[in-house]
Amino acid sequence: MSVHLKQDSVDDRNVLDKTGQGVIGEPIERPEGLLKVTGTAPYAAEFKIPDCLEGVLVTAPILRGKVKSIDRDAVLSMPGVVAVLSDERMTGRAAQGMANAAPFQPAQDVEYWGQPVALVVAESFEEARDAAKHLPIEYETEEGPIDPAAVETSPAQDPTRQGDLAQAMNEAAHSVDVTITTEGHASAAMEPHAAIAQWDGSSLSVHASLQMLKFNRTELADSLGLDESKVRLLSPYVGGGFGSKLGISQEAVAASIAAMELGRPVRVVMSRQQVFQTIMRRTETQQRIRLAADADGKLTGFGHEARISNLPNEDFPEPVIQSSQFLYAGENRLLTLDMARIHRMTAGSVRAPGEAVGVQTVEQAMDMLAEKIGIDPIELRLKNLPDQHPVKGMPYSSRKLAECLQQGAEAFGWEKRPRKPRHTREGEWWIGTGVASAARIHAVVEAKARVSLQPDGTGMVESDMTDIGTGTYSILSQIAGEMLGLEPKDVLVRLGDTDFPPGSGSGGSMGASSTGSAVFLACEDLREQLARKLNVEPASMVLKDGFARWDGGQKALTELLDGDEITATGHFEPGDSTEDNLVSSFGAFFAEVAVNHWTGESRVRRMTGAFGFGRVLNRRTARSQCLGGMTWCIGNALTESLLFDPVDGHLANCDLAEYHVPVHRDVPDLQVLMLEERDGAASPIQAKGVGELGLCGGAGAIANAIYDACGARVFEYPMTPDRVLAALERV
Amino acid sequence: MRPFDYQRAERLEHASQLAADSETLPLAGGTNLIDLMKLQVETPQTLVDIGRLSMGEIAEEGEGLRIGALATNTATAAHPRVRADYPVLARAILAGATQQLRNKATTGGNLCQRTRCYYFTNIDQPCNKREPGSGCGAIDGVARLHGILGTSPQCIATYPGDMAVAMAALDATVEITGESGERSVPVRDFHRLPGDTPEKDNVLEPGEIITAVTLPAPVSGKHIYRKVRERSSYAFALCSVAAIVDMAEGRITRADLAFGGLAHKPWHDPRIAELLVDSEPSLALFDKAADLLLEGAQGYGENDFKIPLTRRTLTAVLCDATGVEA
Ligand SMILES: Cc1cc2nc3c(=O)[nH]c(=O)nc-3n(C[C@H](O)[C@H](O)[C@H](O)COP(=O)(O)OP(=O)(O)OC[C@H]3O[C@@H](n4cnc5c(N)ncnc54)[C@H](O)[C@@H]3O)c2cc1C
Ligand code: SF4
Repeated sequence: MSVHLKQDSVDDRNVLDKTGQGVIGEPIERPEGLLKVTGTAPYAAEFKIPDCLEGVLVTAPILRGKVKSIDRDAVLSMPGVVAVLSDERMTGRAAQGMANAAPFQPAQDVEYWGQPVALVVAESFEEARDAAKHLPIEYETEEGPIDPAAVETSPAQDPTRQGDLAQAMNEAAHSVDVTITTEGHASAAMEPHAAIAQWDGSSLSVHASLQMLKFNRTELADSLGLDESKVRLLSPYVGGGFGSKLGISQEAVAASIAAMELGRPVRVVMSRQQVFQTIMRRTETQQRIRLAADADGKLTGFGHEARISNLPNEDFPEPVIQSSQFLYAGENRLLTLDMARIHRMTAGSVRAPGEAVGVQTVEQAMDMLAEKIGIDPIELRLKNLPDQHPVKGMPYSSRKLAECLQQGAEAFGWEKRPRKPRHTREGEWWIGTGVASAARIHAVVEAKARVSLQPDGTGMVESDMTDIGTGTYSILSQIAGEMLGLEPKDVLVRLGDTDFPPGSGSGGSMGASSTGSAVFLACEDLREQLARKLNVEPASMVLKDGFARWDGGQKALTELLDGDEITATGHFEPGDSTEDNLVSSFGAFFAEVAVNHWTGESRVRRMTGAFGFGRVLNRRTARSQCLGGMTWCIGNALTESLLFDPVDGHLANCDLAEYHVPVHRDVPDLQVLMLEERDGAASPIQAKGVGELGLCGGAGAIANAIYDACGARVFEYPMTPDRVLAALERV
Repeated sequence: MRPFDYQRAERLEHASQLAADSETLPLAGGTNLIDLMKLQVETPQTLVDIGRLSMGEIAEEGEGLRIGALATNTATAAHPRVRADYPVLARAILAGATQQLRNKATTGGNLCQRTRCYYFTNIDQPCNKREPGSGCGAIDGVARLHGILGTSPQCIATYPGDMAVAMAALDATVEITGESGERSVPVRDFHRLPGDTPEKDNVLEPGEIITAVTLPAPVSGKHIYRKVRERSSYAFALCSVAAIVDMAEGRITRADLAFGGLAHKPWHDPRIAELLVDSEPSLALFDKAADLLLEGAQGYGENDFKIPLTRRTLTAVLCDATGVEA
């Protein structure tokens, strides 16, 4: 059985509120949690495969150019070395998310420092690594621009122009015009990129660490010139992705080529340095924000002009202005996104592309405007929530932004007052608080999942969907359990295998709503199948604890199934419901920050996040997503920054000692409020995306708190001690 | 990583004999050396594992304390005598790395840890320290972590550690055994300035093994270790100050200061104590101390901020130590 829904209309039946099991939203533990904390959940590189060769990528120490020659013989005689590959099909970059086609080939055309150009394969990892370091390669080098500020830009998307922003600024009672920069970010997932490829002479099977298998399968097949049906990908556990594993990357393609050429399994694991140097970065940005307001604090003009960068021939533009389209009012609008072409590794999706750097700057500008007007910054925001999309006019499907600001303020203990910095000092530390809104566009993609009821009365869910540490195993078992009247532990969820129906994959916070909806649709069909067996209307049947109950009777599912298995495949496709409505998740951040008067060190002391993201499917895993997002806010605000060499363009800080993600001590008590919503336009399960929301804007709350603490407005992220001190000296 | 031979030393003489070969390096906790071997920055032909030598003891020596070269950073920081009499040392150690690393890191290895310069650890970049004569990538490059004092046109790297900064303030002594016998070197003279030979971090000659660090008799005063860093743990110092400051009758009677993150060695400038001792503490005095300290300071663009940062951090430490209100 296959059920297909293209969601053109709002589904406000709220089915999951009416079924009887009562497990939706429950904070159940992850079914795979024990495996993970005991180190027994196998990650891509950990599968024990007999006779496996080891491959190590060789990277180019030049900015740009071509491989002229490779002296294979120099290393083929080294102990254990089996082959040196520089196949035309090797890829120099990773594929962008949902590219669904091979990334840039051949790898031998070098476009950025550190690009993989060859693969050395040996019997042991150590031998391969040593030989890789010794492989003599001659290059024909070329120059190329590396400074994003020094090149001409071109529009990366059509600008949004409405009215006359310049005039609105001229006529404004209060205005802000500020330019803020952010630096490049790395995904910095714990598990490095890794693949083990096996070729049986006609088909390829690859254990890999990937987020979106159905796309990755096409990308890999296309890279290799193979038919898709000949490629199987397996990613049951993924040690974090944060966007860096959306597309197929160099190691999986290289391992596959090697396995096909050598007739033996080949494992390729990137070193930490290679992950940093060759996998997607988030572009640095330069953003000019202009806000014009009348005497009452109503926005009359809103401008957000952003500069980003990418390699030549990469389409992906960091959508910095994405939620600026609809977050705040202002009749006169100018939103632009301009691209500089430079030779740094590919810019692609890194944790909440767009909003993760685009909201915090707007939120800083809003804070400055509130100060100029002399009102509480929450009040300014509440005054300026539009009734509908400010340009396109469609309605918000749901928006708990005002409630998040108000309830978050209450929970945090926000003092309602105009901001006036330097009000509290504890010893060497200035203490301040800041607020910011959160916004993240909601998206869904096509997804399929197969659900079955087994003769023993247990359920099974199968999809090539991945769980990248977010809790997918848990929530899919809850959706199926709720629909089929089973405890989640009685639903086996099998993921991360392209032999299963193609789910959405994990990315863009789309997984739960997309694949969750496919599971939901399949279960609706199973409910109908059961109702038919009972000869009752599906709506009059309650499934609970393994029993079907209806007016006048009850029967165990095992009895009803009578030794059979029943199966259905759900097929969800987004339709007009997300076109006719503006569907986005919203929230609010509150931060208390201490700034050291002497050293400019800034430390977050506490933080509250209040979020509305539709139906909460699992309070534990959803909260964890919010905690993770808020943690990234701290990194984004204070420490994270890719440092590129100004001479040859290479990435200097390419390990976790020098690329500073927050450590435990940087992350204080984080309070999370989840405001339940039902959003029938978002998905038939009324859920929106949550994963990325927690990091969209929070760095702005921290920046505003730094100002409230010490009086320094810092306009460069991250706000490292040197930058805070420089700003303090300007006060 | 290059293939290498591994030998385990059973006796100290054996270790220094083996290590006398210029292609041989002693291995202690391995937290620095093994990382650098993986990156092919260090390419010894032989590792001589000194881990089994009995140099792990922390023992009274006269009124002072002798910390064996193999005592772990965790053991040293937790030692009751260190906590009671040399708290600046415990604080410095605990400000470094992580618990896991400190469990493995040793006294000798910590003193000999190599710079964190990004160009030193990337073998595809020029670096005079790693490959003499190849140039210095950092001078015109990403120099955020780099030195402002005692640099040379050949190298602007810093000694990155914390423990040795406190030891320099305490005026501890490094005990060394080599093929030709034993010698002692003050911690303050153990690390070198880069000059024209940045490949040499310290005064150890091939075959010389650190056996212990001895701390002199404890002195009274307030012990402070102040480390400025971007994140609050697991980051090297942008600048750090180890201070033992004592006061009597409104005057400073002791001011033993050393600085980290600024130079190729823990920085100690005797003129600072001369200036401070016998003076009444004041912001103006602290400013003069900073003037002395930073007299020859030179930034390299990205690390220019270290000059004002060091001035401010020194002032903060001295205010804290003397009770002067900012
Ligand atoms: C991610 C990370 C963060 C860190 N952060 C900090 C920090 O914030 N502050 C800080 O101070 N340190 C920090 N460290 C460095 C750490 O303190 C050192 O790695 C450690 O102290 C080295 O000791 P070890 O015993 O492991 O030395 P090894 O790695 O075994 O040796 C290091 C060097 O010392 C030589 N050596 C070792 N013992 C002797 C001896 N007895 N005689 C002669 N030579 C010897 C070795 O040949 C080698 O060259 C950090 C390290 C890492 C990896
Ligand atoms: S500063 Fe010293 S260690 Fe760094 S690149 Fe220059 S020479 Fe090498």
